[in-house]
Amino acid sequence: MSEPATTNHPIMDPRFAPTFPNAALVELRNPQLRKNVAHATDVIQSKRNRLVAEKTDWLRLRSSASAIRAHVLEHLGTYLEQFEARCTAAGGTVHWAADAAEARSIILEILREEQAKQVIKIKTMTSAEIQLNPALEAAGVEVFETDLAEIILQLGDDEPSHIVVPALHLNRSQVREVFARRMGRSDLTDDPQALTEAARTYLRPKFLNVPVAISGANFLIAETGGVAVVESEGNGRMCLTLPRTMITLAGIEKVLPRFQDLEVMLQVLARSATGERMNPYTSLWTGVTPGDGPQNFHVVLLDNGRSSILGRNTERQTLKCIRCGACMNTCPVYRQTGGHAYGSVYPGPIGAILTPQLMHMKHAQSLPYASSLCGACYEVCPVKINIPEVLIELRAQVVDQERKETARVYDPMYLGMRIANGIFASARRFRAAQRLGRMALAPFTGKDGWIHSLPALGARWTMTRDLRGLPKQSFREWWDAREREAK
Amino acid sequence: MRASLFITCYNDTLFPETGRAVVRLLERLGVEVEFRPAQTCCGQMHANTGFRGEAFSQAKRFVQLYQDAESVVIPSSSCVAMMRDQYPGLFEELGNEQLRKQFAALLPRVHELSEFLVDCLEAEDVGAYFPHRVTYHASCHGLRALRLGDRPFRLLAKVRGLELAPLENLDRCCGFGGTFSIKNAEVSSAMLSTKLQDVMSTRAEFCTALDNSCLMHLGGAMHREFASMRTIHMAQILASTESSPAEGIL
Repeated sequence: MSEPATTNHPIMDPRFAPTFPNAALVELRNPQLRKNVAHATDVIQSKRNRLVAEKTDWLRLRSSASAIRAHVLEHLGTYLEQFEARCTAAGGTVHWAADAAEARSIILEILREEQAKQVIKIKTMTSAEIQLNPALEAAGVEVFETDLAEIILQLGDDEPSHIVVPALHLNRSQVREVFARRMGRSDLTDDPQALTEAARTYLRPKFLNVPVAISGANFLIAETGGVAVVESEGNGRMCLTLPRTMITLAGIEKVLPRFQDLEVMLQVLARSATGERMNPYTSLWTGVTPGDGPQNFHVVLLDNGRSSILGRNTERQTLKCIRCGACMNTCPVYRQTGGHAYGSVYPGPIGAILTPQLMHMKHAQSLPYASSLCGACYEVCPVKINIPEVLIELRAQVVDQERKETARVYDPMYLGMRIANGIFASARRFRAAQRLGRMALAPFTGKDGWIHSLPALGARWTMTRDLRGLPKQSFREWWDAREREAK
Repeated sequence: MRASLFITCYNDTLFPETGRAVVRLLERLGVEVEFRPAQTCCGQMHANTGFRGEAFSQAKRFVQLYQDAESVVIPSSSCVAMMRDQYPGLFEELGNEQLRKQFAALLPRVHELSEFLVDCLEAEDVGAYFPHRVTYHASCHGLRALRLGDRPFRLLAKVRGLELAPLENLDRCCGFGGTFSIKNAEVSSAMLSTKLQDVMSTRAEFCTALDNSCLMHLGGAMHREFASMRTIHMAQILASTESSPAEGIL
């Protein structure tokens, strides 16, 4: 028997989340989670690699995708206004939300007008970003997730750990446990077909009876005022067709100039996200069509920190992201910890750069350090976001902020970095430091010439690794001796 | 041909045998090697930890010290990656026009060791002899930043007696990441453990790389676990001959 899937994570909010190293420790001590995460990411990544390899023009496709997204960010205002005009002309209503609170109150106001006491939702990470579900529930609105993974998380009081595969940290026997408990189905087996059948039975009445749906958007099309959502199950399609009112919440960066840009974006998205040539369901809709689908359509355009990212040269590329999650699947850090350690709805490499910026660098400052800078994320990114470059930029901002704090004067890391800088500024000092280091480490060096245990920060190394003691002669001392002999 | 050896601060201090091997190897290939004693560090540690001003002063120091060098050879892929990927940004932000010009002129003459051997000297067979089973760890910076490609394999293929054991998941990081190994020591150790499973299952006698920082990480874990494998920088394999085998391996 596996452990119950309930993990009782608090609502993930970077303002209150523990630092990455502390949160990671909890995940590292969970062998089932690590097994699930490693298995799932290996499977998705190998599918992705196979499908990228078969695409002979992948590099050109990737360059086009990157160029389209970069172009959008250069002219974001223009395309958003165009989207608003076209969407309105097609019968939609466009709302602008400066931050999470405003987005929540816009959505609540629409629900009040609709007198809706229940909503169904298509998987939307942006709604988790603005903590929408707790706000709806507090206002007495019942929320039903319809994406299979989101149902698992909602019923299991769990949190998403991946932006494409939110329940990636759970295996099917853990899913069975949640369903059996919350749907009162103790007879349920962990056969995937039985589990999807249970979800279908649970969902059908919701689709038929709930009058309002909330979605995110993969893309907004400026040229047509349309919205695109891609998904794998068809449950999103149900939400998009049956309710009378549809509310789409989208970050302002999600816009594309032309309908034709989908040609490039859908190709790179499906291959990068799930390792498929084409995602199973692609829904495109524009405004309202009388007698067909929802008759009221609202789009809430969310800023929530995005426009401040737009103004910064190195960081702007963060907003090119199309949320494929390929960086997570390839990341050796994410592979060990899963997504919860990042304390944000956006985990993994993209989360490590996006989350601190959405929080105006006031919170989540440990995230830019949650990377070995191995560059695997940049390599797979279909829109060429140089994540390591942004990580380093954000680290510099963290240091610039922190070093103004008086407490940092005595912080061992800051002290060490200042001393090292003084040493590297002069070869004479460097030479002296090498000699001093040899003397200082001698008491810790065993007879075999290795160090097994160090105090203070050094203990962070020796907790799992030995360190070879300093050799008797540095390279430069050897070179000096060699030169002297030659004379 | 003259080559100026930038040994890097940690090789100088922790792995002088790598530096000695580079000197021996290059001199054997007819290169005149010089060592400028004013050199210290490329600034990578400071840059990657967020100490931009400090990184800049070390970067500036490097450029000023080597601007007249015929070529600079560096036996560390991550330090070369620091120069190619991060110096331009640092100089753009904190430097002046003169420094940017000096750097642009110098950069094409800065080579990682395997690049220097294969591209500049056009030497794949460097006359080495190393009768051992060896696996090659492609460090992240060598693989993705410098795109060393098959250069290391071409060099190893010509080493007499060497049996190459292929490494699974060649593109996966060992978890070192500089100060990451301290700041996120637990995650770093978990990554190391995963990597070590692949490395050990090659049943090689030695794990080699073009970057001693990964090898310090892998080697530190091997030593802790009394593993029957050791690490060795590729320069030491390439310098090794019948009459004068690599230092300290027997």
